[in-house]
Amino acid sequence: MSKLDSKIPKGPLADKWTKHKNDINLVNPANKRNIDVIMVGTGLAGGSAAATLAELGYNVKTFCYQDSPRRAHSIAAQGGINAAKNYQGDGDSNYRLFYDTIKGGDYRSREANVYRLAEVSANIIDQCVAQGVPFAREYGGYLDNRSFGGVLVSRTFYAKGQTGQQLLLGAYSAMNRQINRGKITPYNRHEMLDLVIVDGKARGIIARDLVTGEIERHSAHAVVIASGGYGNVFFLSTNAMGSNVTASWKIHKRGAYFANPCYTQIHPTCIPVSGDHQSKLTLMSESLRNDGRIWVPKKKEDAEAIRQGKKKPNDLSAEERDYYLERRYPSFGNLVPRDVASRAAKERCDAGFGVNKTGQAVFLDFASAIERYGKEQAAIHGNHNPSKEEVTKLGKQVIENKYGNLFQMYEKIVDENPYETPMMIYPAVHYTMGGVWVDYNLQSTIPGCYVTGEANFSDHGANRLGASALMQGLADGYFVLPYTIGDYLSKDIKTGKIPTDSKEFDEAENKVRELLEKLVNNKGTHSVDHFHKKLGHIMWNKCGMARNAEDLKSAMAEIRALREEFWRDVKVPGGMNEMNAELEKATRVADFLELGELFAKDALHRNESCGGHFREEYQTEEGEALRDDENFMYVAAWEYTGDPGNEVLHKEELEYENIEVKSRSYK
Amino acid sequence: MKLTLKIWRQKNATTKGELKTYPIDGVEGDMSFLEMLDVLNEGLINKGEEPVVFDHDCREGICGSCSLQINGEPHGPDRLVTTCQLHMRMFNDGDTIVIEPFRAKAFPVIKDLVVDRSAFDRIQQAGGYISVNTSGNTIDANTIPVNKHDADESFNAATCIGCGACVAACKNASAMLFTSAKVSQFALLPQGRIEATERVLNMVAQMDKEGFGNCSNTGACEIECPKGISLENIARMNREYLSASLKG
Repeated sequence: MSKLDSKIPKGPLADKWTKHKNDINLVNPANKRNIDVIMVGTGLAGGSAAATLAELGYNVKTFCYQDSPRRAHSIAAQGGINAAKNYQGDGDSNYRLFYDTIKGGDYRSREANVYRLAEVSANIIDQCVAQGVPFAREYGGYLDNRSFGGVLVSRTFYAKGQTGQQLLLGAYSAMNRQINRGKITPYNRHEMLDLVIVDGKARGIIARDLVTGEIERHSAHAVVIASGGYGNVFFLSTNAMGSNVTASWKIHKRGAYFANPCYTQIHPTCIPVSGDHQSKLTLMSESLRNDGRIWVPKKKEDAEAIRQGKKKPNDLSAEERDYYLERRYPSFGNLVPRDVASRAAKERCDAGFGVNKTGQAVFLDFASAIERYGKEQAAIHGNHNPSKEEVTKLGKQVIENKYGNLFQMYEKIVDENPYETPMMIYPAVHYTMGGVWVDYNLQSTIPGCYVTGEANFSDHGANRLGASALMQGLADGYFVLPYTIGDYLSKDIKTGKIPTDSKEFDEAENKVRELLEKLVNNKGTHSVDHFHKKLGHIMWNKCGMARNAEDLKSAMAEIRALREEFWRDVKVPGGMNEMNAELEKATRVADFLELGELFAKDALHRNESCGGHFREEYQTEEGEALRDDENFMYVAAWEYTGDPGNEVLHKEELEYENIEVKSRSYK
Repeated sequence: MKLTLKIWRQKNATTKGELKTYPIDGVEGDMSFLEMLDVLNEGLINKGEEPVVFDHDCREGICGSCSLQINGEPHGPDRLVTTCQLHMRMFNDGDTIVIEPFRAKAFPVIKDLVVDRSAFDRIQQAGGYISVNTSGNTIDANTIPVNKHDADESFNAATCIGCGACVAACKNASAMLFTSAKVSQFALLPQGRIEATERVLNMVAQMDKEGFGNCSNTGACEIECPKGISLENIARMNREYLSASLKG
């Protein structure tokens, strides 16, 4: 019997969550004091859940690899957070947010979860304002909104280009209040290295203190994984250097199914790779596509001349430029969704029209916007016959007000002035929609092991819309998990403290010790980064923006071979019983080397194109993604059986009762 | 570029550290400072030596992990950037660069360039929050309008990334800029006023307990702050503290 019961409550879509909350069991406040919960990860999803569970009265232990919960990578989110508040009166509603999210995800997410997300979204804004998150406001003192890609309303709340930072610091402050009360015990600079299962239930973790190297046992009545996404399997991504799949992968190997690993979001506007030394990629916010026009040279000779530095982009006249998004998608133009924009950039670069020394970049040009705004400003100031210089000066001021911090960031990295010469951008790995499979209660296939935020698969289908990641993290943490986990914990009120001297803890700890000993004693010849970079190359070239069966098969074989080479030849200096950054990296890369193979396998089995998953064999004559709803309208949940190349597929069929399934078109 | 690096090496919190010299070649202007250290470390690993340990994570100037004292300045010679955003084009061929951890009594060295900044967390735990439960059942977000100027000032204070550069820059190792940024964020918002008295008293008490020094208005913290947190926040905290003390 398959364990894939999504546990979606019966009844009309809009009533499911309310009804479910009324039906589930509660835990008496006096009993909550006797129940422990472990939270792995302290970003938006983990931090918010830890604070809420502690407020409710549970004893919470939080774990993060950073030196403080405030540094989790949620902090880097720029643009904003969606909520169906309809403050603008522009027709927004829970249904519309639900509809946009399902459609944006290319009809590969679960209706009931997405509707709940939309339903609680408005509460997130109320909550964050109450805890002092300084959102942007209008002159009247009310909250401001802006628009994001793929939708027709203004529902995005923001705090300049630092929305993620402000929301995370809000959750961190809620955590701090509970730490001060003694209800949360934080274990910072700690990394979870295994899950402990006792009598079929998640009952604790094995963690390593990253300062002393000590291996610790921690028990609890439930374990929550909120450790983020796995974009770093590509080596280069917009993720933080330490972002990793380890917690998710360890629970996967203990029995949690892993869903849709191949669904990866490749964001179209990032600063391109400059050389082999590059350690990470930097995002330039999606909002820039409101005013920037994307182009490459029309003629290959011009592209070649620009690559060699013989020509400058501004030497090319409008006729010599190919504004390919405007050409291919006249109605959406430069504002097509992320997956479409990324593929189009790759297509032009692969065809030989790319710029930058590497040929792997396209231009994002603000000259038209500067001219347009400049003329508008001149007219507002009563100058109806402005000189070209005056127009440019005024136009630049407008652009600076809108995007000043992004332009400054670009200039620091690339050393070119984007007000004078077009920006160069290229797509980069940004977010992973796939993750641990969870049911409606956010519980994995291991009883007592819950997964929230980017680490789970649940809400974004095959493509995520902008400003929805923050919404999901906080919805899961503040408003969903605290209810659903209570239902499970209500059966544990008489259990008492979980002992850590059991054979299950012995077994897990020994396994961790063996792994670490093997790594530090390996005495190979190559660094961890050497292998991580190689893995990244395979992933990017064969499992990246466009995939095909042949490449995916060879990727699986290459990753397997690389994994064997890693275990034979990796060199990890230093010891286990001290701070050892190389050892930390090694344990993470070891897991990426397994996940990578499953990723390719998942991409190979999905014989269709949907959202961020584009299979070259499945496209329309115009090169657009071609879904196969008849055969692939399901969640692919993989069961680990000892070898990532031979995992067993379980299918959760997706049913759309409230939405008509259509093909996406942006022409 | 060829450079000479003088880097603080210290095995752990209890052993003594020292500056060690490492020549490095092939440094490109496009590299970030931390990517230059990655190259150094790759070389050290290949030679069988232990790599230099330093804190870093997001590498885009927002997480606040990176923390190096470069040629005597927190986050190095550029302005309004963190070490991870500092690029090697700021240096010249043949330069000697001294790299040390942030120095303060309240930031003990853990290893090499890594320091313990948990004192900052404890200051926040002492009162850096508004006591509202996270049920979501509060009032509608637009019930209380907030003057845009105050909201913007509150936001500016809230952009502190908690890196500790202010402490490392200060001759007294004072944490006033850090603490005042959080006090200001809430003091400027109506929902933060309710607990303003206890908040400032508790956070300042914790700051003192952690061993941070006093503020003598030198202003080095503001100059070195990668986020440009203003000294005005310290003045505001002093006012808040005075009025809280009179009340209390």
